[in-house]
Amino acid sequence: MASGEGPMLLALRSVGKVFSNGVTALSDVDLTIREGDFLSLLGPSGCGKSTALRLIAGLSTPTSGVLDWRGSIDRSNIGFVFQEPTLLPWADVFDNVWLPLRLKGVSRAKAAPAVTEMLERVHLTGFENAVPRELSGGMKMRVSIARAMVTKPRILLMDEPFAALDEITRFKLNNDLLELWQDERFTVVFVTHSVFESVFLSNRVVVMAARPGRVHAELAIDAPYPRDEAFRTSPDYAALCRQASDVLVGAINSTAGPHHDGH
Amino acid sequence: MTAIEETVLKLDPEEARRVRQERLERIGRWVLPLAIMILAIWLWDRVCVWNEIPKYILPRPGVVLQTLYDDAGLLFSSLLVTLRITFLSLLLAVIGGVGLAVLFAQSKWVEMSFFPFAIVLQVTPIVAIFPLINIYVDNQTVKLLLCAWIVAFFPILSNTTLGLNSVDRNLRDLFKLNGATRWQQLRYLRLPAAMPYFLGGLKIAGGLSLIGAVVAEFVAGAQGQSSGLASRIIEAGYRLNAPRLFAALILISLTGILIFLVLSLVSHLILRRWHESALKQER
Repeated sequence: MASGEGPMLLALRSVGKVFSNGVTALSDVDLTIREGDFLSLLGPSGCGKSTALRLIAGLSTPTSGVLDWRGSIDRSNIGFVFQEPTLLPWADVFDNVWLPLRLKGVSRAKAAPAVTEMLERVHLTGFENAVPRELSGGMKMRVSIARAMVTKPRILLMDEPFAALDEITRFKLNNDLLELWQDERFTVVFVTHSVFESVFLSNRVVVMAARPGRVHAELAIDAPYPRDEAFRTSPDYAALCRQASDVLVGAINSTAGPHHDGH
Repeated sequence: MTAIEETVLKLDPEEARRVRQERLERIGRWVLPLAIMILAIWLWDRVCVWNEIPKYILPRPGVVLQTLYDDAGLLFSSLLVTLRITFLSLLLAVIGGVGLAVLFAQSKWVEMSFFPFAIVLQVTPIVAIFPLINIYVDNQTVKLLLCAWIVAFFPILSNTTLGLNSVDRNLRDLFKLNGATRWQQLRYLRLPAAMPYFLGGLKIAGGLSLIGAVVAEFVAGAQGQSSGLASRIIEAGYRLNAPRLFAALILISLTGILIFLVLSLVSHLILRRWHESALKQER
């Protein structure tokens, strides 16, 4: 289960993004995402990892460079999970998960099997009629994941989805996400600032550096799946975390160089 | 219920004090205003007696109540006339306010261009505009409706516009990602998101449409053209019939309170499941 197995899905070639206020969010990013990858973008704040995700989603366009998709991809092939659950507060769980299908003109009755199945996959069966206010933070995030997956996207983009959750809930969601990923074999690009989370989940960790945002190094996490709670406390995991942590420190130090006070 | 009371018995002094405090507040919220109201009415009555004030200047509360009963036919038929104008203008204010807000929401440019006109309509005193309306409009009902509408539509327009524009940025991205059309975005995202704002505006507009109707009747009534409550008040004023004047005033106030309560209830029922404001009311 090492990196570099699947065929290429998307390549970012010399991608840069400069905002109108003059900030260079991304500079000369080259990155190849393969079919079936669980790829984490790891880095300090300001390294442009969220910007990269928005570019991939098509919510933003690059200033320079190209995004090279293999085959045709339209937006229905992309699932997006935001940092907050971002649910419709007035709609119940079922309607929130139905939303992407509803926007494509699928009726409630026709969408019901897919919605019900997705809710089962994220362990929310029985909560169809609850509104977001009645759910815990972890459950809201599960609804958000179900909504992103209900259209069976080829690629799932996640922008620090579990950052606001407590550790116990986060571990649980990590496990469940991996389970889902192993069953369905979609591609994941996962933005995080947690070394431990990125190593636990991914087969590839791309470490980014800030000012300007760029790819600093890439790490292959050659630990076999399925990864469970035993892996979380194993020496292998600790060693990989130390390795990733060292690379991240390198990335942070590369920022604190001569151009650190440039702004 | 009994379970709660049993635990109350085992509470430590601090918690017990808090429970007692909460219970007192719950009772006080109703009893206090009522007590003060009764005290004020009693004082009003005493002042009339002590100073021997004639009833054409300040009638005693009992006399006002008696007049309300004796003149009920006249007063309530006038109230119906005023209510008709109030509700019709509120309905038009909702249609106009929401319609314009949706139009404004379609483009920043439209909003920038036309919002100032709405403000001009709002800030110009209706009493000053009425003579103009009187010249241009013949139909009596249309005249009054137009007046009340001008007063009432602005809070709905302004609140709904704010609501339509305060949609969570990520939700907007989500709709974009899923290829939502402009109509879908309005129907499934912006209108529901604007609902709490709209209902807030509706509560204000409800009171304003009553005020607008009464003011319009006042101006029209001065010319002997109206049969609403306001014209009853003017009439009573000319005839020094203070008891009837007071009775009409009380009717208008009660109507205003009733409108507010009904709209508050409607708002609560619509928002109770998901909105923070309704959540706090439950406690």
